[in-house]
Amino acid sequence: MEKHLATRIVGASVPRKEGVDKLLGRARYVDDIEREGMWHGATVRSSISRGQIRSIVFDRRIDWSEFTIVTAADIPGDNCIQLIVADQPCLADRKVNHCEEPIVLLAHPDKHKLREAVGAVRVEYEALPAIFTIEESERQNVIVWGADNLLKTFFLEKGDVDSVGAAAAHIVEGEYRTGAQEHLYIENQGMIAEYSEKTGVTVWGSLQCPYYVVKALRAVFDLAENNVRVIQTETGGAFGGKEDFPSNLACHAALLAMKSGHPVKMVYDRMEDLAATTKRHPSRVRHRTALDKDGKLLAIDIDLATDGGAYATLSSTVLSRATLHSTGPYLCPNIRVRASSWATNLVPYGAFRGFGAPQAIFAMERHMDEIAATLGIDPVELRRRNFLHTGDANATEQEMREPLILDQLLDRALKESDYHARRAQYARENPGSNVKRGLGLAAFYHGSGFTGSGEVYLNSLGGVDVTPEGTVRVLVSNTEFGQGTNTILTQVAAEALAIDYANVMMASPDTGLVPNSGPTVASRTSMVIGRIIERACAQLLKMLHEHVGLGSTYTEKEFFAACERYRALRGEVMSLCRYEAPPSIVWDDQKYHGEAYGAYAWAIYIAQVAVDTVTYSADVEDFWAVQEVGRVIHPVMAAGQVEGGIAQGIGYALYEKVVWQDGRMANNQMTNYIMPTAEDVPPIHVYFEQIPFRYGGFGAKGIGELPHDGPAPAILNAIRDATGVAFNAIPLLPEDLYAGLTAAQPAENMAMR
Amino acid sequence: MSGHTTLDRCWPTIRFSVNGQHNQLNISPMKRLLDVLREDLGLTGTKEGCGEGECGSCSVRMNGELVNSCLVPVLQADGAEIQTVEGLALNGALHPLQKAFLEQGGAQCGICTPGMLMASAQLLETNPHPSMAEIREALAGNLCRCTGFMRIFESVGAAIAPEGTAHAADSTKRETPHAR
Repeated sequence: MEKHLATRIVGASVPRKEGVDKLLGRARYVDDIEREGMWHGATVRSSISRGQIRSIVFDRRIDWSEFTIVTAADIPGDNCIQLIVADQPCLADRKVNHCEEPIVLLAHPDKHKLREAVGAVRVEYEALPAIFTIEESERQNVIVWGADNLLKTFFLEKGDVDSVGAAAAHIVEGEYRTGAQEHLYIENQGMIAEYSEKTGVTVWGSLQCPYYVVKALRAVFDLAENNVRVIQTETGGAFGGKEDFPSNLACHAALLAMKSGHPVKMVYDRMEDLAATTKRHPSRVRHRTALDKDGKLLAIDIDLATDGGAYATLSSTVLSRATLHSTGPYLCPNIRVRASSWATNLVPYGAFRGFGAPQAIFAMERHMDEIAATLGIDPVELRRRNFLHTGDANATEQEMREPLILDQLLDRALKESDYHARRAQYARENPGSNVKRGLGLAAFYHGSGFTGSGEVYLNSLGGVDVTPEGTVRVLVSNTEFGQGTNTILTQVAAEALAIDYANVMMASPDTGLVPNSGPTVASRTSMVIGRIIERACAQLLKMLHEHVGLGSTYTEKEFFAACERYRALRGEVMSLCRYEAPPSIVWDDQKYHGEAYGAYAWAIYIAQVAVDTVTYSADVEDFWAVQEVGRVIHPVMAAGQVEGGIAQGIGYALYEKVVWQDGRMANNQMTNYIMPTAEDVPPIHVYFEQIPFRYGGFGAKGIGELPHDGPAPAILNAIRDATGVAFNAIPLLPEDLYAGLTAAQPAENMAMR
Repeated sequence: MSGHTTLDRCWPTIRFSVNGQHNQLNISPMKRLLDVLREDLGLTGTKEGCGEGECGSCSVRMNGELVNSCLVPVLQADGAEIQTVEGLALNGALHPLQKAFLEQGGAQCGICTPGMLMASAQLLETNPHPSMAEIREALAGNLCRCTGFMRIFESVGAAIAPEGTAHAADSTKRETPHAR
């Protein structure tokens, strides 16, 4: 811990590694890249939600001889994109299970000819009944997936919820719902593929997880690993949306490349991207909570359901994380969570920052305020009475071994926001005003890295090498998409090797060059990969010390000279390490019991919201975010992650609504799917408490997803504080506020809080 | 300096300058300025985010105005002077806005950055000492999904010339993050 506090580069806000290229406009995103003889690809998609494909008719007004046409029949390997379950076809064959499902691919040298051609392919169907909601799916009148529409279930139990009985002074129930949310990365999905008999498939694209794409291409093309190469291009935002979907698009582009004999670029426009790619899982969470007379939690009983869409994709792991984040940062002796993910005939839902946690945390933290109101306890006090502390056992009976400082985070958030004084002020002012102000808070955590044994199974391999030109390269498959991977990992290497940050660079994110250090997801990069790089650097120094006599203190010149002596001896200077789990990580995947995550990031967020009772708009006026994420490697980028996550969370709560019409997204344009703009975001005040985590890269824990977890409940709690009315579903748009406020109180009473 | 010249008998000749370079193109008059910049002139710094004028990723400056180049048929650019992100840096030195975005964390994934820089440059040329409210208004047509805009406001504030009135960043109650 002392060592960590004496760092030079870790903890400093150095310039973003690829920042200058981005600022000069010379960073190369996929759509900026041309290949010799390149064609363009487009997709013919299902216009119905469920049915049998009867025929595919190509209109004669188009000269199809100019086009390459690919259907499922052209797939050389398995017609399946398997993330976890083998259920999603690469191209629909005989049947479709959701609107916008890909059926036919077209390629042409002129991209401007593709739109008309796509419209000239007519697919004839025999429609089947389709379902679009969790309720329709769980009724099981229409079975659209497996034997029962159930994509996955989990059962978590601690103690015995049913044993509480008469000891409970209060039972509080509630139902909470969250809607779909679009990632809205500003760069749409895109890929370029090339194919040759000799070298196989090469793709360049906007993606998070190069080796996921390798796996998908190998299966679809039936190729060996060394015949598939995936290169990440500069990626313009991802947020989980480029975790799973790029596998599908890469296979499509590569199929067209194989059949046409040309490199093929496929870049979606915004409407196609919004209509056809994954989104955040909608959820319905029911809580039934028993408390004693002092407001101490006795039992938490949760029924959690998500809509998974038409195929399994990552719904099981999203449900897992939702389950493990559903009971909040509280100590409770009796817990039962029954979780299920249901299939519908909507575009499959997928990974999105938070990965089930925002849904579960919205329910729990909204419910805590309803408990507080029922019991007549201040929401702050109710939480304080129930917080987990160091040494406590959480819902999976994982002992909280690392220092846990929720009280300290809460105190800081109350102080920085001047919470009590502001609430008192608005309680005085609101009755005389059409604008009602209130404050709301959320207490929450986010587990860093893969769940349970996930990191052990991933078995990530990463490290560094040294080029003859005197540059250290970080060798990982972890990718940069705005969140700072390039900068953080080169900071870690520069720190560990005690050399200049300018002399460390990232190796190209190319599976032909870098080892598989796992996907760039789950808030794992700084903590898990950072630690691997830190260890690989220490191992390199040991090699240089033992074989070529590098001293324990050295100048940078001496370091690179030692590297050259080592190269003369061994041919190359490279150090790779595999993931090592922290000790005593024991996880029972069947019972959902044990160490669910190696580390947790903790936070208290407070929102101030003004509700205008004339226009029914809700405006987040101010926001305070206090968190403990271990060591902060780069303060400016860490604050940027938190601010960006909060803005996305504000959108989730108050702006972003996916409007469905017969199973199709009706508002698939930026004109009518609305995200917060520069004029909508409040001042966001970000504070870090730092407790270095000994098994994370220079003490880091995960940070990327945490800030999306807290805003929605904090904002809706603030609206309850302002208006006295409980809103339990998001997104909460002005029309919903209107309906709720007018139903709750006659207009003449609106002035009374 | 001269830029690109293409000749095609079918199309009218359209002349305009980009970043000080003159171009003469025989080109479909309805082709989007965005596509002409990217495809015909190879200036791929200008990005397409939505194709309907909502996101501002394709913002360029045309005759001293900020425009969404996805909504401008190239015919409208006939005779115009256009500046793109590639024209901001001078003699290899970062423009003060580029330097500020680099130092303040104003760019994350970078896809909105060219448009954001052009909108910021437009603001500072027309209003050298904007208030925070004016910065927010000037950037309201440029969507960023990564930053939550805070670091972008900081960046624009940091790029304001120091002489004269108060620094924009001082005019808010916002604090910089506290690392303990």
